[in-house]
Amino acid sequence: MDIPVASIVELIRRASTLLPPDVEAALQAARAREEPSSAAAEALDAILENVALSRALSRPVCQDTGTPIFYVHHPPGVSTRSVRACIEEAVAEATHQAFLRPNAVDALSGRNSGNNLGIGFPVFHFEEWENEWLEVSLLLKGGGSENVSAQYELPYAPLQAGRDLEGVRRVVLEAVHRAQGQGCAPGILGIAIGGDRSSGYTFAKAQLLRRLDDLNPQPELAALEERLLHECNELGIGPMGFGGKTTVLGVKIGVLHRLPASYFVSVAYMCWACRRACLTLRDGQAIFA
Amino acid sequence: MAPVSLTIPCSEEAIRALHVGDTVSLSGILVTGRDAAHKYLCERFIRATTIPESERQFYDELRRVLDGGMIYHCGPVVRRDATGKWEFVAAGPTTSIREEPYEAEVIAHFGLRGVIGKGGMGENTLRACREYGAAYFHAVGGAATLIAHTVKEVLSVYKLEEFGVPEALWVIRVEHLPTVVTMDAHGRSIHDQVEALSRAALGRLTCQRAKS
Repeated sequence: MDIPVASIVELIRRASTLLPPDVEAALQAARAREEPSSAAAEALDAILENVALSRALSRPVCQDTGTPIFYVHHPPGVSTRSVRACIEEAVAEATHQAFLRPNAVDALSGRNSGNNLGIGFPVFHFEEWENEWLEVSLLLKGGGSENVSAQYELPYAPLQAGRDLEGVRRVVLEAVHRAQGQGCAPGILGIAIGGDRSSGYTFAKAQLLRRLDDLNPQPELAALEERLLHECNELGIGPMGFGGKTTVLGVKIGVLHRLPASYFVSVAYMCWACRRACLTLRDGQAIFA
Repeated sequence: MAPVSLTIPCSEEAIRALHVGDTVSLSGILVTGRDAAHKYLCERFIRATTIPESERQFYDELRRVLDGGMIYHCGPVVRRDATGKWEFVAAGPTTSIREEPYEAEVIAHFGLRGVIGKGGMGENTLRACREYGAAYFHAVGGAATLIAHTVKEVLSVYKLEEFGVPEALWVIRVEHLPTVVTMDAHGRSIHDQVEALSRAALGRLTCQRAKS
């Protein structure tokens, strides 16, 4: 299957410069809730102005274009090696065009590779599906929000959090409290219950691909998402940690099977600049969403 | 309230006149510096007994531009035009707390009047702000295109090869960079206040039983 490199460059450009409409709408709703002329309201005004300006000028919404995480769904028989090579070429080109900041740093020497390519960088997830078309989703996950992501193992004594949804609720609230404004609040929480330490975080991040206005098909998770959204906002951390009514814009929870011995709750904190985009390649056509 | 206009470099008096919650529009010369820069400044210059001759020019330049000046915690996206001129494309603040182990020493050694970043800093920095007459200016995290528009000129860049684009020290001239003072020279921090309030709220929310 031939993937035009230009279509991946365009996917990266869209992810970096266009904030998804559901996220922008959530920011506008947050702005309406905050006290006029408060620091929180002014921060949201600047954020919304920046979103519009970035879109108009085709410039990165945030200078930290983060770790590019690619989720590729492909039909049977596709060489994932060639898809990877094509995406890597596009990543280097998008960096050259200043849609991405060079972010891949050698962990030992501190040397920046200059083109966003390095060991395990960018990140890929491949999955074969039965459809005959190919889909590439991209999440740009910034470092500030990554640093405040958290993983808990239940039971968690300090909060008397047991192995149930009530325990999950408690540790998520603590994670948001710990993050304060550091992860560029108002944030979006991708949460995984279960899995192991690595699959938990991976699945938690994948929740961030969901639209903010979608509905979790599992009613008890939908209810917890709703409740946590309200309760995180009751923490009063507010935009940028200035204090205010909006601390998170959305909560998305997924579940993985776990070992009898382990009960992990993985919280992937995403900044307000939740940059995601999707490309579908079908019948030689590139469709962006 | 209309923002206070502050030109950098600035006086200690101008900084002491500011209080948490003030909105401040910054104009003048800034130096970007983040993780690699702070570690380097502390280990090679501040905590070192001698300045290596090869670093003397860099050190003297920094002393000159940081005296009464400000460091901006920022790793920009930059572009270079055909004539070799640099342009800031995206330039929001990065999380400041990572520089907490270094910032107080940097403020004291170089005579900084301010630090610009996001997320706030800890007690050592707050103490240094009070002692030396400096303040923490919070820029809006993620407002990268907006802030890049306030960068009118790139004057020079240090350690570009060694540190890479995001970590290099970019000397820039800005006009009307919008900020809020969240840590002042009087020992007050909005971050401490919000942390305490949200801690109390967390206590309330985790004590109550699960709603049925």
